[in-house]
Order: sequence, then structure tokens, then C-alpha cells
Amino acid sequence: MRARVFVTLKPSVFDPQGTTVAEALHTLGYAAVKDVRQGKYFELEIDARTPEDARRLASEAADKLLANPVIESYRIEVDSGAAETVR
Amino acid sequence: MTIADDVLQQHGLTREEYQRVLEMLGREPTMTELGIFSVMWSEHCSYKSSRVHLKTLPTTGKRVLQGPGENAGAVDIGDGLAAVFKIESHNHPSFIEPYQGAATGVGGIIRDIFTMGARPIALLNSLRFGPLEEPLVRRTFAGVVAGIAGYGNSIGIPTVGGEIGFDESYIGNPLVNVFCLGIARADEIIKGVASGAGNAVYYVGAKTGRDGIHGATMASAEFDETSAEKRPAVQVGDPFMEKLLLEACLEVMKTDALIGIQDMGAAGLTCSTCEMGARGGAGVEIDVSLVPQRETGMTPYEIMLSESQERMLLVVKQGREGEVERIFEKWDLHAVRIGQVTPDRRMRVKNQGAVVAEIPTASLTDEAPLYRRPMAEPAYLAEAQQLSLASLGAPPPASEVFRRLLASPGIASKRWVYRQYDHMVRTNTLVFPGMGAGVVRVKGTHRALALSVDGNGRFVYLDPFAGAQLAVAEAARNVACAGGQPIGATNCLNFGNPERPEIMWQFARTVEGIGAACRALDIPITGGNVSLYNETDGKAILPTPVLGVVGLIEDAASVARRAFRSEGDAIVLLGETRDELGGSEYLKVIHGLVRGAPPRLDLEHEAALQRLLVKGVADGLVRSAHDCAEGGLAVTLAECCFDTGLGADADIPAVVEAGLTPFHDVTALFSESASRVVVSIDAGRTAELQALAAESAVPATMVGRVGGNRIRVAVAGRGVLDEPLGEAERFWSDAIGNYFESQRAIA
Amino acid sequence: MKFAVVVFPGSNCDHDAYHAARHVLGQEAAFVWHKDTSLLGADVVILPGGFAHGDYLRTGAIARFSPIMQEVRRFAEAGGPVLGICNGFQVLLEAGLLPGAMLRNRSVRFQCEHVFVKVEHTDTPFTSGCLPGRVLRIPIAHGEGNYYAEPEVIDGLEKNRQVIFRYATAAGAVTPDANPNGSVNNIAGLCSDARNVVGLMPHPERACELAVGSVDGLVLLESVVASISQGALATAR
Repeated sequence: MRARVFVTLKPSVFDPQGTTVAEALHTLGYAAVKDVRQGKYFELEIDARTPEDARRLASEAADKLLANPVIESYRIEVDSGAAETVR
Repeated sequence: MTIADDVLQQHGLTREEYQRVLEMLGREPTMTELGIFSVMWSEHCSYKSSRVHLKTLPTTGKRVLQGPGENAGAVDIGDGLAAVFKIESHNHPSFIEPYQGAATGVGGIIRDIFTMGARPIALLNSLRFGPLEEPLVRRTFAGVVAGIAGYGNSIGIPTVGGEIGFDESYIGNPLVNVFCLGIARADEIIKGVASGAGNAVYYVGAKTGRDGIHGATMASAEFDETSAEKRPAVQVGDPFMEKLLLEACLEVMKTDALIGIQDMGAAGLTCSTCEMGARGGAGVEIDVSLVPQRETGMTPYEIMLSESQERMLLVVKQGREGEVERIFEKWDLHAVRIGQVTPDRRMRVKNQGAVVAEIPTASLTDEAPLYRRPMAEPAYLAEAQQLSLASLGAPPPASEVFRRLLASPGIASKRWVYRQYDHMVRTNTLVFPGMGAGVVRVKGTHRALALSVDGNGRFVYLDPFAGAQLAVAEAARNVACAGGQPIGATNCLNFGNPERPEIMWQFARTVEGIGAACRALDIPITGGNVSLYNETDGKAILPTPVLGVVGLIEDAASVARRAFRSEGDAIVLLGETRDELGGSEYLKVIHGLVRGAPPRLDLEHEAALQRLLVKGVADGLVRSAHDCAEGGLAVTLAECCFDTGLGADADIPAVVEAGLTPFHDVTALFSESASRVVVSIDAGRTAELQALAAESAVPATMVGRVGGNRIRVAVAGRGVLDEPLGEAERFWSDAIGNYFESQRAIA
Repeated sequence: MKFAVVVFPGSNCDHDAYHAARHVLGQEAAFVWHKDTSLLGADVVILPGGFAHGDYLRTGAIARFSPIMQEVRRFAEAGGPVLGICNGFQVLLEAGLLPGAMLRNRSVRFQCEHVFVKVEHTDTPFTSGCLPGRVLRIPIAHGEGNYYAEPEVIDGLEKNRQVIFRYATAAGAVTPDANPNGSVNNIAGLCSDARNVVGLMPHPERACELAVGSVDGLVLLESVVASISQGALATAR
């Protein structure tokens, strides 16, 4: 079972990398791009019996390691189409 | 099976070379064997076009502990210690993927140093790019700098110096030459040798993938050509893995359990296996099915040719295997036994026990093709050496030329670059980047090492023999300016296509020039690198030999930098300025030309000058020293003022041969005559310096005083430059950053 | 006094910290491997700079789970002085021993240069030898030194006098120009609630000998030696 974890900086946190990417897009002519936030994407191959089990495990992994709760939030998708977790 | 032309071509082998393969094996090669010959006989690994010339270089000396032929060279620096060093190139990959190309270049040279048993303590780099006006060049430049920084900083080795040059010929062919130096106990240097039949051969480091296998995967029935995953990948460096390898290997080496060790660089497992065997007069047998792999379905061909980074090959003394494995485990590394040393002199590759390749090691190394390629003086040369200043019209005012040169990227401050390099880690750096030769102390002794990398492609283009000598002289002079006695050198020779007689001629003459200068200055070459085929659409780069010179400073407390130190100090010009604008930065920046003859070099005078500098710095007589290079004396004087808050008031001699032509001032200010250094000394000691200089027949002219907040230069009493220090410094310090102002590095 | 320098895989300023404590200051010093579970009876613990675990995932994120960190936490909770330098500071943040987090420098580039930091408070083991407001010239070398914490946390730190070092001019003025990386409130270093755990991004161990450019960093190490020998701290052994 595959869980996808999307980790992004919290809205209040300044993202110099995202800003740089946005500026670069502007110089390439994409003025329509107003803002860019850069994050991380993890794919976890999990041995789980149900999608809920996989989601729970991924969530724990995110809480403990994948995301830094001071500056990041995350959401999870599990491949078999189960409900998302947003935190 | 008769081999098809296109298969040969994909493997970079000529029909004649293939014929030799048949003779050496006594049969047709297997596909794996063909791949092995292909990489070992490639220019990069075999030096087939360059070996006959490189053999003429001086490589011996009383301090030489290891000359060319090993992973790096080594010289004795006293106290039972050796300096282990080399320079290497990673040019073509840096054009394709600037960050990773440069990063893996740094990784490669670092491995070459610690594989000898030396802890790397300093990095330098010599870079060449096209003009920064080009967006593609800016992208390459920023990527290369970020890659060098990313790798070097992460592994914790300071980048303490370097040089960067610019010319149109480097647009599609940037040069990334990286120099590394490490310290080892002289009696504990380990070589890349395999010996002792039955001794275990171990593999340690990153898993092997399909990195860097170049296109030769098409032709054989062994391959699944339709699989997209088999496309060769850009090599990606992992400095963290290399840091672990470095620490673990140094720890293993202390146990004396190793016979030999070599890193897997160009031609990966193939190269290290056969080279270690050849050096040890032994054979090596390995089974590729035992090699840790990070991709599935890899063939023996791919495993042998992979250039995955951060891997080492070790030969372990019998009975010590467990000890070695345990040390690597501590660092979370797995050392895997993949074979053993054999008594025959063959390289034998098995796959699950079945032999897939068996080749005499000598045929891949000592008996690799050796070419004396045709040489011919280039057609451009005679004409290009002609320079008629009169035909250039009146030069711009000195003030305008001065500012334009200061802001020219070849001369401007490189702080934008070296600020990205950790140049302080390991707390050995006594002289930081931008202050002249990099200087690092040798902890545990009173000594320090001065390091410089230099090379001027314009001079070499205009006269390869003279230009090459000037490169050696400049690097050695920079080191002497810091107070270092040159004791060894390494060279990186960057040229175009050697199959063109003009390029081969440039190469041969360059090697002759390096040899002549090294002999005259008593500096042995301990190793180096050759990078050929640096050209696009038949247009070659400026022929660019880069010399890395190591200088020994006996007392680390006596070190000189390029910057003036105190108000009131006397400014003295050592050496003489002549009418020599040929190949100068002035000519290029103001007139867009690369013409004329390079400056003359009298090697005896140069040697005397360098001896004087080393003594003067050691005695504390010379308080600062800066050699005159691009931009000439005016730029040198200005650079001595920058970062100090101190200006200068100077009156420099006119150049007699320049007469009263419109170029009278330009020649005095911007001519690039060799063997000149601007020093500052305590005003009360000028007589002392004059006497010392007279003894060595080095011309010494008092030209002025340090002080004030302006840069004032007169030529034979007539004022020609009067610039506010702050403004001049801003032109110089902001120039490179201005090219990147509206763009920032992308993560 | 015994200094323990913790070594994570990828630490590379461990030798520098050891050199400063042992050879410059003349104290006892020992390396402690990240998998060890004993601090060898040290009086002071240093988490040095570098790239622990390659800075993979986030800087310090993996190192905080090393076995030795349990000991470091115990030592800190018992009042022992802990100094986190650069990457070491990042590990302390990820481990929750200090509040906040590090972001990429505002310039999005690695920066190696000397900066000035003002010592705001002298009631920590590492700044007790300074006069308040003293300005130190110390090098930085980092790509992720942009300190961040939520506004309420920052308020709390300021009110509780936990901001120990601030980027400043040579004259001690705290200005935006003096801020090399964008850190909130020019914060270069701070201390824990109990004041015995201090983290800072600049490298004091690189400023202990004149030959390498500055001796202003020495006072941090001298201070902790003095603090301990004066019995000003309860130490855990």
C-alpha cells in the first residue's frame, strides 16, 4: 500500500526558496504565477492490511519525523482511495 | 562474430585498436570485455595522446615521496609528514549538469587524496566560463559554484582559494579543475596496489547504479534496448556518504590491515581493479553478482562500467577481514568481499561464478595504445602574435580604463563566489580566499602550506611554450608571495581535440614549457590530469594549462597577504615593467582583442625574485606581497588597498620602450610583464630591502606610500590616476554580484 | 573540566571544538560517538557544527533520535551546560531542547564570513564572562541559519530574556543590515528556560586563536569553565 505525504511550510512562515522560484518563473514570462510555496513529497510503501492502518502509520511517521510541527503542516493520501488526513 | 563499425564507434575504439584487442586476447572479446577495453583505452583513462609528452616532465626531487602514477602525488614537508595533492578536471559533466558535475568533481579529487592515507585539509579550484552576459553562462556559473560549495562544505573541507577566468571560447565548454591537498604521515602513505595471492578484495561505499555509462548499451543482444530505466543517469554526488567513507577509511588505514586501496572514479570498478592489479604485479578476480546494486537487472557490463560515486576498492591482509568489516559497520557502511588477488596477471570478472571477462591487466594499463599524434603549428599563430598598438587608435583615459578593468569579471572581486565556500572549517586557514595564495597551517607543527592554482589561456593561445612557462611562474610566485617555498606542483591540461594537429602542437609545446619552467624553478610535477576534446563545433577552448603549486612556510607565524597593513608603509615594486600588452586584460576588455606576444620570462630572474620573497616574508621584512598579473601594476596597487581602508600614493617608472606614444601611460599602468611583485614594508627598512634585492639582482624600486583614502598613481612624476578608494573598491567588489542581482540561486 | 564533543555521522566541526577545548583552553576533552549511551563523566557537552546525516530530511532531524541524545537530554535536565553550535543548535531545536526552527537563509545561499554578535544576557554558563552588550566578532558558515518561531514563542523568549546573542554591527547596533540570514529579531543564539542549554549559529570554536582571525569566541568556553569551578551550576555526571 502506498501513502503519499505532502509536507508544506505553514502559511505564516517565510519561504525564501519558494520566493526565488516565483521570481525565476516571472523572468521566464509567467507573470500570472502570483506565489510559489515549496514543500516536500514522500512516498511510503507500507505493509498494512487496510488503508486506514496505512494512513494512521503515515500520520505517525509525519508527526514524528517527516514534518517539523513548528514550521510545517502535512496532508496524506493513500493509494486505495481512502479519505485524506489534513493536519 | 565480426564486430560492426557502429558498435566500435559507440565504444570509442578504432579498427586498429580493435585489432590489437584481438591480438592481446587471442580471440574475439566478450561484450563485457569490449566495454572494459573501451573505457580503459579511452583518452581519459589511458592518456594515449598525451603520455609520450607527459613523460618529459620533471617528476623527481629530494622531497618527492610519490610521483605521477598513483592516485595523487606526495612531497615531504618535514616532521615525518607528507603533503598529498593533485588537481583533476570535471569539465564536460559541468556543462551538462553544472551543480552535480562540479560536485562530483570535488568528490572525485577528495577520494584521490584520502585513498592515499591522507586527511584532506584544503581545496582550491580553477574555473573558466564564457562571458557572464550570457544567461546560459550565468546558469552554469551559479550551478558550478553551488555544486562546489554544496559538496565541499558538507564534507567539511575548506575551499581556501582559486581563480576564475572568462572567455568566449569557454561558453559551451566550461572548465572545472579542482585541487585537493591532504596530510599523511610520510611512512603511512598507502598505494593503490593489489598483491599477495589469496588476499581478499573488498568493495565499500555507495551501491552501484547505472550512473555515467555512456551510450554503449545499444548494440548487444545482452541488453533490453527498450527499457527506459536503462538510460544512463547523470552522476549525483552524496557528500554525506563520502564523509562516512573518508572517516571510516582513515580509521581502517590506521590499523595497517590494508595492502592497498583505490577509489572508483573514471571507469569505476574496471579501472580500480585492473590498475591495482597492474601496480602490484598480480591479478584480481571479482564476481559482479556480489557487488551491492541499487538498481535491478544490471548486467556485468553495466556493473563494470558504472561510474556511481563514493565507492572504494580495498585489498585486505589475510586474517584482518573481520576487523576491517567491523570498522566500516561502525560508520554504517557495509564492506563486502567481492573477490581476491590471484597469482596470474589477469583481471578476471565472474558473474555468479561464470567467467564473463578475462584480460591481462597489462594490456589495459601499461600496454594500452600510445600515440604520437601529428602536430602542426596552427595557422592563426603567426598573425595573432602581431600587435600594432598604433592601429588601435588613442586609448581611453586612464581613469576609465582603470574602472573598466576593476569591474571586469576576470579581475573583479570573487567574494560573491567564495562567500559560498566554507573556508574556515578545520580552523587551519591562515589566509582566506581573496587575499593571495591560500595558506593553511599544519597542526602539530610550526609550519604552514601556501597553495595557488593559476593559468592564463590567452598567453598559451598566443605562444604555448611561453604561456605554459608563465603559468608555472605565476603559481609559484603567488605561493612565494605568501612566504612559501615551492616544493611541488600538479598540472591540469585542458585542451581541444588532439586529433587536430594544431591542438596537439599546442599541447606538446605546453608540456615542454611546463617542463622547462619546473626545471629552472626546481619544482617537481607529482601528478596531474589531462582533459581533451574541450570544443564545440570544431571550435576549441583557449589552450588552458592550470598549475597547482604547493609552497612550504617554515614558520606559520610569518605569512604575507596581498593587502597593505599600515599607514605610512613604503610600497616597493620588485621587478620591471616592459612594453608588454600582448594577451593582456587591457587589450581584451578595452579593444576586444587577444593578440601579441605574451610577456617575456627570464626564469633565473624569476627564481631570484621568489627566493627573495620567501626570505623577506620569513624575516618579517616584507609585510605584504601581491604579484602583478591581469590588469598590470595599476590593478595590483588597487588590490593591495582593497579590504584595508588604506589608500596609496604611488609614482611608477615609465616604460622606456613605450616612448611618448599615446600608449605611454597605458603601458606603464596595465602592461602584464612577468616577475613583478608589489610589496609593502616598514618605511624605516627600505635600505635593508634594497640591499637584499641588490644581492639577488632583483630590481627594487620605491614607488610610494600606503595611506590616505585615494588611489593615486603617477607615471614618472606625472599624475595619471586619482580615484577615491571607496568608489574604486565598489566597482571591484560589486561587479560579479551585479550579474546575479535580479536572480537568486534556485534550491 | 571535561568537555564532551558529540560526533554524529556527518559532523565536521567536532575536531575544531575538541581543538579549542583541549589545545587552546587546555581542558580535558573527549569525542562521544552518537551511538554511545554515556557522556563519559563530562562537565560540559558540545554539539558541534557540520552536516549530521547529510542534513537529509531537515537539518538535525535525524540526529535528534541518536541514542546519545537521551543522555544529552538527561544531562541538560539535571542542569548540565550544553552548547549547540550551528548544526548542533539545529539538533537542539529538532530535539525540542530549545524552541523554534531553522529555515534557509534569506539569500538562499550558503554564507561563510565573519559577523558581529551582541551578547544580550550574561547569566548563562557560556556568557558569564562577558559584560552585557559586549560585541563579539565570530564567523558564520551556514545555509540554514534563518531562525524562526511563532510570534507568541518569540514574545515569550524576549520577555524571559532567553535571546542570548543577536546579530549586530561592530558598534552593537541591531540593524537589518547586520542580519546575515533573515533570522527573526536578529536572533543568533538563545538559551533554554533553565538557561543551561545554549544554542548559536556562529562558530565560537573558529574564533579562539589570533592566527585564524579572531579570539572573541574563547570567552564562551572560558565562561563555562569558570561557571563550573565556581560551583555556579549543578552538574550531572
